[in-house]
Amino acid sequence: MKGNGDQTMRTISFAQATLEAMEEEMTRDGSVFVMGEDIARQGGIFGQFKGLPDKFGKERVIDTPISETAIVGAAIGAALAGMRPVADMHFADFMGVCFDEIFNQMAKIHYMFGGQKSIPMVLRAPDGMINQAAAQHSQSVEAFFAHIPGLKVVIPSNPADAKGLLKAAIRDDNPVIYFEHKGLFSMKGEVPEGDYVTPIGKAKVVRQGKDVTLVSYSMMMNHAIKAADELEKDGISVELIDLRSVSPIDEETILNSVAKTTRLVIAHEAVKRCGVGAEIAALVAEKAIDCLDAPIVRVGSPFTPVPFARILEKEYRVTTDTIVAGVRKVFA
Amino acid sequence: MCAKAERREPARSPAEYGAEKLRWFYETMVLIRNFELKVEENFFAGEIPGFVHLYIGEEATATGVMGHLRKTDYIQSTHRGHGHTLAKGADPKRMMAEIFGKKTGYCKGKGGSMHIADFSVGMLGANGVVGGGFTMVTGAGLAQKMQKTDGVSVFFFGDGASNRGTFHEAINMAAVWNLPVLFVCENNQFASTTPYRTTTSVDDIADRAQGYGIPGVIVDGNDVFAVYEAAGDLIERARRGEGPAILETKTYRIKGHFVGDPEKYRTKEEVQHVFDTTDPIPTFEKKVLEAGVMTREDLDAMKAAAVRKIDEAIEYARQSPEPHVSELYTDLYVPAPETV
Repeated sequence: MKGNGDQTMRTISFAQATLEAMEEEMTRDGSVFVMGEDIARQGGIFGQFKGLPDKFGKERVIDTPISETAIVGAAIGAALAGMRPVADMHFADFMGVCFDEIFNQMAKIHYMFGGQKSIPMVLRAPDGMINQAAAQHSQSVEAFFAHIPGLKVVIPSNPADAKGLLKAAIRDDNPVIYFEHKGLFSMKGEVPEGDYVTPIGKAKVVRQGKDVTLVSYSMMMNHAIKAADELEKDGISVELIDLRSVSPIDEETILNSVAKTTRLVIAHEAVKRCGVGAEIAALVAEKAIDCLDAPIVRVGSPFTPVPFARILEKEYRVTTDTIVAGVRKVFA
Repeated sequence: MCAKAERREPARSPAEYGAEKLRWFYETMVLIRNFELKVEENFFAGEIPGFVHLYIGEEATATGVMGHLRKTDYIQSTHRGHGHTLAKGADPKRMMAEIFGKKTGYCKGKGGSMHIADFSVGMLGANGVVGGGFTMVTGAGLAQKMQKTDGVSVFFFGDGASNRGTFHEAINMAAVWNLPVLFVCENNQFASTTPYRTTTSVDDIADRAQGYGIPGVIVDGNDVFAVYEAAGDLIERARRGEGPAILETKTYRIKGHFVGDPEKYRTKEEVQHVFDTTDPIPTFEKKVLEAGVMTREDLDAMKAAAVRKIDEAIEYARQSPEPHVSELYTDLYVPAPETV
């Protein structure tokens, strides 16, 4: 099978795609290394690092103590001293442990030292809901980091982008947070053979449509696609945008789409309040309100922690149906 | 009863040091002292904005440790970082310009006193967050080990910072990976306004080294010879790949936590008494004069040179332009490389 251009496509999992990205970038650049909890001997708790130490040794694939603060801090220090570290956060929720290192140090060093040294590093952060993991192992926290000047934040929805964005993040000279939804690791999809990067800050129009723009990303993008299929049966033509990066946000792609469709819905798994959807809604309200024929609708999780019990989790979860209902609102 | 850290007295006499090293010690200490006195003066005169923390009385630690470091070795410092930065070889003019918030400063006026860095001499940054550097220095040490250099990384921190969780995470990590890192605790007796013993469970922070299976050494932090000798052994050990250590230098913060601190937590008499009896600069003078290795004229000439140098730095800072407002938006991101 062929993708765009001459690249041969094959079907691999999201986890396998990230592993290929690591292998290719570690081969390409000797200063790239990875550290985190349970990654070398265990291969990562989602298997996303399996086999990496066999190729690169335990000196470049490093098992750390359970010390998230020191993991991020040491990655910054190694970057200051000329390396290009990738640090695994185990669960995105655990970034709460090392928030000073992320927002006071990693994000600010290049600016507050007057551009003397960039911080080329990546934090890989498995996020999202899976298997009733409850309040501290399920969150989608991308909005916290999109609010911090100095960081880039990427969040792929499929194996091809998982590989391309991880390679772009590793090559970027700025600190990049790479969110990978835990529910996506086993997802299979077409991935081009060989070397390519997915540019950071560029959204993708996944499907052209004329009636409504539906912006999403990560796991929820896959629900958005199903929602669009559903809505099409009722004659609603949805233009689907996969944001791919939440910092920077690709304003141009969103504004161009809204100018065409005149309606906007944003869907994400994160809590709706002050989420990325709020930023996109504000962007369109500020720059394109005259284009709109209906109020903007945001679809996101309720303003509570992620609950444990099945019935409560079901009530909490954003689904294809929630998105369909959200889109119908703009035609009410 | 827990095992105690080793207390070290200087074993060598000043005469064994050689004129060059002795001169460097004194020049560095009086340079720092005069830098800080001028910063204080200009802060009160309204020329320096922001928060400023002075290193007066603690000069022997930065000088004694830095006496062993190469340009290619790394340090990180604290909010009280002028002394470490000067001793590592930074230019007082560009430092002063930064403290004045000028375009010619090390950080183009974007950092200020608490955020000075000079990567060209291996000074990887001061830090406005107490204990913020433990983990970063550990990472710099990890890089040195991966790059197979014999470089070392040194973190300076206070007694207050020793109660941060970063202390534990970083020192355990440096110890378990055997990294070339020296953690230097300048115990200046006060965590901001709180006497350290009221919030710290041990008399000697270096005693905690036992808990990580690494050496802990305590010295008189007002005696540059004591600091130099102890730091030398620990730094050489790190260069040989034998791992990290904690060096605690007992000193005293002569000035307030910040310039303008009303200092209600101690008496003027206490401060004056400590200063009169332990000031590292007269302590050094007495030793070298008694040993007959330097003369009063030598010392006075070096002191006068330091005063001139700092006067020039003040003048440079004053004359330098402010940053252009467009600089607000630069240095936020590095442009993406062609390949991305």
